Amino acid sequence: MTPLPSPEEIKTLIEAGVPGATVTVIANGSPSAQHSLLLDHEHARAVAEFLRDHAELKLDFCSLVTGVDWPDTETTAKVKVKKLVAGPDGVEQEQEVEETRKTKVPGYLEAVYHLFSMGKKHGPVVLRLRTANRTDGTHLPSLTPVWRSAEFQEREAFDLYGIVFDGHPDLRRILMWDGFVDYPMRKDYVPPEDDILVTGVKA
Amino acid sequence: MEQDLKELKIELSKNGIFTTTLEEIYNWGRKNSVWPLTFGLACCAIEMIATTMARYDLARFGAEVFRPSPRQADLIIVSGTVTKKMAPQVVRLYNQMPEPKYVIAMGACAISGGPFRDGYNVLKGIDRYIPVDVHIPGCPPRPEALIHAFMTLQKKIDEQALRGADRPRHLQADLPSEFPVPAFGAHGLEPAQNDEVFLAEQGNPLKVIQ
Ligand code: SF4
Repeated sequence: MTPLPSPEEIKTLIEAGVPGATVTVIANGSPSAQHSLLLDHEHARAVAEFLRDHAELKLDFCSLVTGVDWPDTETTAKVKVKKLVAGPDGVEQEQEVEETRKTKVPGYLEAVYHLFSMGKKHGPVVLRLRTANRTDGTHLPSLTPVWRSAEFQEREAFDLYGIVFDGHPDLRRILMWDGFVDYPMRKDYVPPEDDILVTGVKA
Repeated sequence: MEQDLKELKIELSKNGIFTTTLEEIYNWGRKNSVWPLTFGLACCAIEMIATTMARYDLARFGAEVFRPSPRQADLIIVSGTVTKKMAPQVVRLYNQMPEPKYVIAMGACAISGGPFRDGYNVLKGIDRYIPVDVHIPGCPPRPEALIHAFMTLQKKIDEQALRGADRPRHLQADLPSEFPVPAFGAHGLEPAQNDEVFLAEQGNPLKVIQ
């Protein structure tokens, strides 16, 4: 059993092996300390192939693909700004005023891949891919051509989160039926009103 | 009149004369040979299977013959979680059973959606689409509970009068024996329930047999 290189070392390996690829290590502060590698869309396929074929890593098995929904967030911060304010005598003076500013952080959808090596018996290496936003830019490159085991799970992420995997051989809904339009695992999903506790007649 | 007849029968039987009615023979035969459909949906099905095995022995009630075809079954035990994707198939299976047919909704899932009722994919009770005769609460109900439900159903069959306005559905030509199969809609099943069948929606209390 070979010890798995640390995420930083893997990042260095990737950047040396796949020119142009941007890899960001996302630290996981929890006790599990499972840090992950965020890939850019353009090189994701090449990086995946690199990880699979690298003699030392040999990450030949993708055990899990899942979606994560990060909704739009709004942060409010109080900022001090200098402004011209009319004083009691009518003369405008520069004063420091506190203002609340709201900043909208757009959300995104994320696909997470867990990779293991059967031969080297190590893992997991966690990969992440992020979409541009949650509405019209929900495309990600599919990694099914690299790991066949990702096929159904990418379909699941498409079905439940609405992530469109470009290059997937057969991207259809897998759990819900074809005519279904919602993405039930998104945080803003509203289930249909079919609960008798809401609509029923009170006894 | 009914009471007089009953007393007369008892009196006759004391003197060694056995009398019966067609209704009694018919219901006695039916209630002791209820053949359930081989059909399970989730964890509750395991309890149903246990009920049929030697320890609980559903054969004592004449119901050991689980039929693998709805055409030969009298009873559908909806044992387990009915997902929205499965619900049309459950209704279709019920429709394919010949009359007289009965339904036991077994477990919290089958009667209301159970632990998954807030999920996007679980039907909140099969009684939305088909008429349920006996509801069994529990998650899962023990085999004893299923046996109790079974005996309740037998009692119900035994009490069915073959004449009069209360006669069972299969003896009333104008009552339906098939129910509309829900369709997959854009957001869920359409319709969300069959109002003709769904008692809770009509504000009807369920009849409790003790
Ligand atoms: S009621 Fe409980 S045991 Fe039965 S199918 Fe539902 S979850 Fe499983």
